[in-house]
Amino acid sequence: MADGIRDKVAIIGMGCTKFGEHWDKAGEDLMVEAFQECLGDAGVEKKSIDAAWMGHYFDEVNVGKTALLMSQALKLPYIPVTRVENACASGSESLRAACYAVASGAIDIGLAMGVEKLKDCGYGGLPQAAIMSLLGTKSRFVNPNRTAPGGFAMVATKYFAQYGLTAEEGKHMIAYVSYKSHKNAEFSPKAHLRKGVSIEQIMKAPIIAWPLGLFDCCGVSDGAACAIVCRAEDAKNFQADPIYVKAMQIGISSGEEMMYNNWDNAHIETTVRIAQKAYKEAGITNAREEISVAEVHDCFSITEAVTMEDLQFSPRGKVREDIESGFFDLDGGLPVQPDGGLKCFGHPIGASGLRMMYEIYKQLQGKAQTQERQIKDPKLGLTHNMGGVPAANVSSVMIVGR
Amino acid sequence: MTGIISYGAYVPYHRINRKTIFGAMGWLDAATNVKGEKAICNYDEDTVTMAVTAGIHCLKNVDRGKVDGVYLATISSPAVERQAAGTVASALDMEGNIRSADFSGSTKVGTAAIVAACDAVKAGSLSNVLACASDSRTGKPGSGDEQNYGDASTAFLIGNDGVIAEIAGSHSVSYDFMGHWEGDTDDYGHFWEARWITDEGYNPHLIEAAKGVLKQCSVEIDGISKVIIPSINARAAKIVAKKLKLADEQVQTPVFDMVGDCGNAQSPLMLAAALDEAKPGDKILVLSYGNGADAILIEATEAITGFTPAKTVSKMLETKREITNYNQYLVFREVLPVETGIRGEELDAAPTQVARLWRERKEIMALCGSKCKKCGTPQYPFQKVCVNPDCGAIDEGEWYRFSDKKGKLFTYTVDSLAFTFNPPQVYGVIEWEGGGKFWFDISDCDPDNLEVGMEMEMSFRRKYHDKWRGLSAYFWKAIPVLD
Repeated sequence: MADGIRDKVAIIGMGCTKFGEHWDKAGEDLMVEAFQECLGDAGVEKKSIDAAWMGHYFDEVNVGKTALLMSQALKLPYIPVTRVENACASGSESLRAACYAVASGAIDIGLAMGVEKLKDCGYGGLPQAAIMSLLGTKSRFVNPNRTAPGGFAMVATKYFAQYGLTAEEGKHMIAYVSYKSHKNAEFSPKAHLRKGVSIEQIMKAPIIAWPLGLFDCCGVSDGAACAIVCRAEDAKNFQADPIYVKAMQIGISSGEEMMYNNWDNAHIETTVRIAQKAYKEAGITNAREEISVAEVHDCFSITEAVTMEDLQFSPRGKVREDIESGFFDLDGGLPVQPDGGLKCFGHPIGASGLRMMYEIYKQLQGKAQTQERQIKDPKLGLTHNMGGVPAANVSSVMIVGR
Repeated sequence: MTGIISYGAYVPYHRINRKTIFGAMGWLDAATNVKGEKAICNYDEDTVTMAVTAGIHCLKNVDRGKVDGVYLATISSPAVERQAAGTVASALDMEGNIRSADFSGSTKVGTAAIVAACDAVKAGSLSNVLACASDSRTGKPGSGDEQNYGDASTAFLIGNDGVIAEIAGSHSVSYDFMGHWEGDTDDYGHFWEARWITDEGYNPHLIEAAKGVLKQCSVEIDGISKVIIPSINARAAKIVAKKLKLADEQVQTPVFDMVGDCGNAQSPLMLAAALDEAKPGDKILVLSYGNGADAILIEATEAITGFTPAKTVSKMLETKREITNYNQYLVFREVLPVETGIRGEELDAAPTQVARLWRERKEIMALCGSKCKKCGTPQYPFQKVCVNPDCGAIDEGEWYRFSDKKGKLFTYTVDSLAFTFNPPQVYGVIEWEGGGKFWFDISDCDPDNLEVGMEMEMSFRRKYHDKWRGLSAYFWKAIPVLD
């Protein structure tokens, strides 16, 4: 039986642009910028890259449907380049494709890119036309007139009701999540939103989709991030400090959450399932103890809160205690979002999975951009990237180590 | 015996006080100062959706398979060519082999549809016909029509078995009397002088029709329990009552002050209210007006004592929410164009695919999903592969209707980011009694009163108006159970 790709693949270089409102840059510009940093870090030449993958989601907004955008922007020389799409986990999907290709022996060196140019859509939040097409044209007939925050707000409503939190208690719990990310982002020069905010400010912010307010929602940004990977045994030929893949799992909803009556709407089922698989692949038995640092998909504060339970960092229904006691703070027992997370680093959809890995890669190398956010002697890092809505989504869990 | 087997009515949840309209527009014409309130459609309702709701009320305890005809009387159909009765039949999950027809052109066709249904059943041509009436007309801002018009719908099931009220006779008078008219390219109607309308049309036509049916059935006016006189303004009905020499208790309470002149649905709505209270043997004289008049004599049978309407008219008149802003009313009626933002514009970005709507009509229009024959799991939409992870049977689903199932609000949100003509946009997950769940927009609710676990029901609504392709797309929304 297949046992995954543990220790078969190494990341030897990464690059990431500053995330934000890049009014003056196209998707092509952002990819070139990330690629340049990545190539320099990996110490390989462009011509050594055997195959490349590009992850992005909203093809409607200025990037297009095919991988031509990337092959032409980077001038990749007649190699296979493939666009992959798995909602907000498209960046992780891109990395998985490159790693699996290397692990299979089909290629020596692979490039995984993630990019999104969201800020050309003309308004705040995610592009509505694309949200309306989750199920193709049928969405317009049968899906509610929903937005991204609304979908996740329904998890908050249910979590509060299920665990007996008053609106005040629930709002305070998730406010702390955003408070922590804003604090971390002050030490994160490439982050989109770098200003600290108080818990009171967060709780009093205008409501976007009850119970989520403005600061419960992540930054909507432009950006690109990428990685170059090779076989583990070749890694040191290029990079003195390679980071090794321990586990790489992706899972997508079966329809049960949306249509069957067994899901409580107060957690993310795909994350639960794939976390179990990823820990098995990596040989982890106690995630709370063994994971040194994590970057998770905090598209909304409530998402990060329930993800802590789904990843087995906190007991079911008890995450409030860990959040409010600072367990996930930079100086806590398990720092989460040292770079500010989606909340503050920003969320250019297709780039996010690779941005998370960029931070974990740098943390494990001891090369976090600022000393204030460098975790002390981390062993294993985890990225959790999800996309879609809580009732129908894709989640990825990737674990890497030195 | 042919007559009414079941009936249902619908008065929309929203009201506007006529003082609100007068406060905004009275400066233009002091004569539009009319008292009372009127019922108005939410932005997501129209003539068709209201007829469906009345139909659901009517068919609550009826096997829909026995219905072989659907008529809809309206002069405010959302389409010139797309039969409204057909849309209603589709939403009510009717079989394809039925007769359907729209009755239009006048405000007396609501009763004409009932008489036509009765005649078809008597002739043996059809056995059970659903005769609906529904109107949602918009008066021009500043006009008397704007003050008078209200929205409502009714549905009467006409047949031979289990008659609760016999249709004893009818008499019609038809005249090309243009008290009120609207051309095919007009946005609003035209009217002649009010005094001329009552003196030359309304009064004599109603009285002529009433006398005609009484004579035909050899019944004296004293023997009538309730006479239903439609109101075309605040005063006219009283004059007719006087001319017919009716005692006060013989006059069915008008709906004008509470609902308004709801066109073809007005006399049928008053008939529903009368039947809510009727005892066996009660005779009800129904009059309707418009290019002449209809009169129908109806007599309640013993069976009416065993009949409970799904929702009484009086209950629906009590269940309401007031719109206090005249401009919001104008936006609901699509009279006043408003900024939707680019997010709102993009709701129209995917033009309607009619072929897909047709193929999936039972799911979309009738809210039918599947129930697995292997494991019994209800699921929406229809699944070829059973969603129960312990089953997974392929092609074992049979159609299962969710539109008539109540459910619990599993979770919800009140979304201020989404664009809607009635913000904030509320939506949530409904878990149906008996199994199955899906997410829906929530309408007709007070966001502050929503709670996880509260009881919800399904309501047929206009999902969007595709201006590019000139059609309204319909779907189901969830609404709190308000009784």
